[in-house]
Amino acid sequence: MSLLRLQNISRSFGSLRALEEVSLEMSAGELRAVIGPNGAGKTTLFNMVTGFFPPSSGTVWFADRAINALSAERRTRLGIVRTFQITEIFPDLTVFENLRIGVETAARSNALPWMSRARRAGLERRVDELLAVTGLADKSERVVSELAHGDQRVVEVAIALSLEPKLLMLDEPTAGMGDEETDNMVSLIRRLHDERQLSILFIEHDMDVVFGIAQRITVLDQGRVLAEGTPDEVAADRRVRAAYLGEAA
Amino acid sequence: MNSRYVRLGVLWLLLLTVPWWLPLVGGYTQLGTRVLVYALAAMGLNLLLGFTGGLSFGHAAYYGLGAYGVGLTLKYLAPSTPLALVVGTLVGGVAATLLGPTLMRRRGVYFAMITLAFGQLFYFIVVRWNNVTGGEDGLTGFVRQPLHFGHYVLPLHDVAFYYLVLFCFAVATAIMGVLLRSPLGHTWVAIRENRRRAQFLGIPVERYIWASFAISGFVTALAGGLNAMLNNFTSPLDLYWVLSGDFVIIAVLGGMRSFWGPLVGAIIYLYAQDYLSSLTDNWQSFIGLIFILVVLLFPRGMLGMLRMKARSA
Repeated sequence: MSLLRLQNISRSFGSLRALEEVSLEMSAGELRAVIGPNGAGKTTLFNMVTGFFPPSSGTVWFADRAINALSAERRTRLGIVRTFQITEIFPDLTVFENLRIGVETAARSNALPWMSRARRAGLERRVDELLAVTGLADKSERVVSELAHGDQRVVEVAIALSLEPKLLMLDEPTAGMGDEETDNMVSLIRRLHDERQLSILFIEHDMDVVFGIAQRITVLDQGRVLAEGTPDEVAADRRVRAAYLGEAA
Repeated sequence: MNSRYVRLGVLWLLLLTVPWWLPLVGGYTQLGTRVLVYALAAMGLNLLLGFTGGLSFGHAAYYGLGAYGVGLTLKYLAPSTPLALVVGTLVGGVAATLLGPTLMRRRGVYFAMITLAFGQLFYFIVVRWNNVTGGEDGLTGFVRQPLHFGHYVLPLHDVAFYYLVLFCFAVATAIMGVLLRSPLGHTWVAIRENRRRAQFLGIPVERYIWASFAISGFVTALAGGLNAMLNNFTSPLDLYWVLSGDFVIIAVLGGMRSFWGPLVGAIIYLYAQDYLSSLTDNWQSFIGLIFILVVLLFPRGMLGMLRMKARSA
């Protein structure tokens, strides 16, 4: 069964055609990378899926349901959760408090003016689980604005996880990271996929990361799908090499 | 955790014994009452300002509506102190609740400006509605009434009234304290920290800011009602934008990220006012100077600064 299906999606901004007739199908449990040069339409593609902008034409299907008409908030509740190129966290709160917001949101208890001790303990256990999964347990009480960039990105992924996503979308998860931080993020993504069978769609510029972990790769160029396939297939594709990897055709 | 309870215990012990010790340090009971009233108003405002991230520049409106609600009830409706307080709190709180939805889409400066505009609207209504409100001269002709407990009648002289105010202060701060520790409070703080992120989590941000604004309006209205009883008088100045600014100054002075910050701010502000105004007519410039120094030296306010020191020590 396909988890996510984009059917002939186009999107223009004024005269700029950011996406043209893009189709993409991703099955549940898949780890998929989207690559392409700057301006290829990768982030626009993400915005089509998460509902920040509607497509100019075409249909987005999620779990066999057309979701074009759903707001971004509704899609989040359906299980489409993303992170951002620019880290979006709650800067002055601790790591624990950042994750607690997500856990309380997932439990739909944001509006509760009071909570029983047992229920509270249950939610806090869930936060502790997330801390353990993401390797943040020893930084739980640290204020996130004081953390290193790499750790802040992990916090962002952890917030996304706290919403119990069915599809996790990561926009350049290793951008701006050093080697060690990148390795840490890569192993986290791999763990989430291998151990939790989480479906992950990610945009990435670091080719070592992409070819190291992606099961399938979609290559965008100038708003169109240039190629799609396994890492081996994409690496061997002549058009990709010409357009993207910078080799003469 | 334990030291928190100790600090709270000391705080409440001090508040409960104000009528005994305040005269010893050159104050008087009514000054203590006024500190509590201003602290309550600023703590109400701070639920919105410090914990939800919305700068209201019109909270005097709800304070003043509370004051007129109390005054008019006592004068025209019934000579009952509890009833007057309930009416006053409801009038101001409901006004804030009804206005909320029109404010929620605005952000930052625009939010501040529109709260200011609504505040001034109420000010002009009260000024113009002469025959009911007393216009610019203010509302007189009412006095706070003794409390009746069955057959026992408690006259509200200065000290007894201080305890009535302290009781209201305790109830309101307990409610706010519980709310801020609840998921609702966590959500408010998340909105303050990163409104966009909260929205992306799927939180209907505007509804939560509305709730904060409304509750904050009720608390500030209660404070305004108590102030009308304290003075047996209220005037349009209780709705004027300058007073809205004073509440913001009190919250920032004490530390708007700290729950008890506005109380500390109110102590500094009213003590300075009381002491400086006996020395010079220009006492407000000294308040301004204190404010500038606090903002420059302790951007998190007095209490915030103490807390940072405690954490780094």
